[in-house]
Amino acid sequence: MVEKFDAIVIGAGPSGNAATYTLAKQGLKVLQLERGEYPGAKNVQGGIMYSHELEKIIPDFRDDCPTERHIIEQRVWLLGDDSYVGTNYRSEAFNSDKPNRYTIIRANIDKWWGEQIRKVGGLQICETTVTELIRDPSGKVIGVRTDREGGEIHADVVIMADGVNALLAKRAGLQAEAAPENVALAVKEILFIDPELIQQRFGIKEDEGVVIEIMGKVTKGMVGTAFLYTNKESLTIGIGCLISDFKNGDCPPYRMLEDLKNHPVIKPLIEGAEMKEYAAHMIPEGGYKAVPQLYGDGWMVVGDAAHFNNAAHREGSNLAMASGRMAAETVIELKAAGKGFTASNLAAYKKKLDDSFIMKDLKKYRELPGIMHGNKQFFGAYPDEITAAAHNWFTVDSIDKKSKEKQIMKSFIKRRSVMGLVGDAIKLVRAVR
Amino acid sequence: MSIMVKVEEKLYQNRYIVDESRPHIQIKSEEACQSCEKQACTFCCPAACYSKNETGGVTLVTDGCLECGTCRVVCQDKGNIAWDYPRGGYGISYKFG
Repeated sequence: MVEKFDAIVIGAGPSGNAATYTLAKQGLKVLQLERGEYPGAKNVQGGIMYSHELEKIIPDFRDDCPTERHIIEQRVWLLGDDSYVGTNYRSEAFNSDKPNRYTIIRANIDKWWGEQIRKVGGLQICETTVTELIRDPSGKVIGVRTDREGGEIHADVVIMADGVNALLAKRAGLQAEAAPENVALAVKEILFIDPELIQQRFGIKEDEGVVIEIMGKVTKGMVGTAFLYTNKESLTIGIGCLISDFKNGDCPPYRMLEDLKNHPVIKPLIEGAEMKEYAAHMIPEGGYKAVPQLYGDGWMVVGDAAHFNNAAHREGSNLAMASGRMAAETVIELKAAGKGFTASNLAAYKKKLDDSFIMKDLKKYRELPGIMHGNKQFFGAYPDEITAAAHNWFTVDSIDKKSKEKQIMKSFIKRRSVMGLVGDAIKLVRAVR
Repeated sequence: MSIMVKVEEKLYQNRYIVDESRPHIQIKSEEACQSCEKQACTFCCPAACYSKNETGGVTLVTDGCLECGTCRVVCQDKGNIAWDYPRGGYGISYKFG
């Protein structure tokens, strides 16, 4: 006989974990399927974890959650060929009892999630790839087929948390393939190093962390960003660009990462560290306009699989956790009301998303992906001009300051024209308004 | 100014559980690759699984695959890549992720 659950959750990433835990905690019979050898084996994150959404699900997570460092300083750097212009924000106020942001190592967090899920009675099974959704003659999703022998399992509702590739929804015709301009490819390395050196180089104490978000010449004119994060005993460094740009440019991702590591302002920070893993992952970047159908008869989609990522604010895992929780709460509410998991009833999930920061933020930045994609000057010409301007301005050479201003202005106008500069300013405002 | 990079040295640090002789990604038609002008898979794949071969086509070796999905996205116009996940438990197994 085919085993039946209240709900099946596919995937053990942030969204699937949030959904599974929330369902199990309310006493529902839930099965979570993960294709990796262990939870986290297939997951990649920068990573920064925001506490607020996790606190909503597990209020006392700080008791045993294996986070790395809480972030007390945020740097944003615009890199030139051998320079950077940047802003920093650092505050002692970030040293609170309940910090808001942590650097994390994804696999550690996902193993911890697995323990939390077991504690509340959820069933997590690894090494099991879901191959397809099972649908009844009316099209309603009634379960999944896996690659295990006799691997058919039924459930009242299936939550797809299978990540950015979202193969199941695509195979079932519920989602189209992502356009190359709507997904980025990011590559990263974890570099192990003496924690004392981390603390010296970044000017921090034990447990304190610094994160650096990077734009500029290192993406070679492609639409993309890079990052350098401090963990307890390691640094994470990565870079990602839109796949549409990798497809046109001739710089492979691993060479771009190597050039970043060798950039004169980055190299001293990572010197002497030992690389222990190289990872690659796609990131949904299409924003609001790229969000697919989110629910249907017997199914919902959450997290990266639903294209929930706020690229402008580097938020992904909190949207994942929030959407997983909302999908689970929708199931709990419908079940309590004795209602079926029809598309019209599951529309309540979409309503929750619309009323939350997830859809509100994605909507606010709906023009951003298109504008960035179509205006490469923000990733090539401007980093050049801004770092050159800074170099000119800070070089003391007996040229009067008014002439320096003129030189700088002339250089910008030569590169972009007056109308070009005005147009770019308008575009930037439109992109973030 | 780009530095020569041996991606194999990066991949060597990773843990893989290889499903011998069951590649999870396959090139559907060799001819389609031969007629593909760009062969973007050969420079987009972060693990350099795809390489140009002497017949003008593309050779795929999935052992170092990081399961990111980029090749499927870049080849969607041609639709010449059959992309699947490895069997449960196989493939890349990130220690840190």
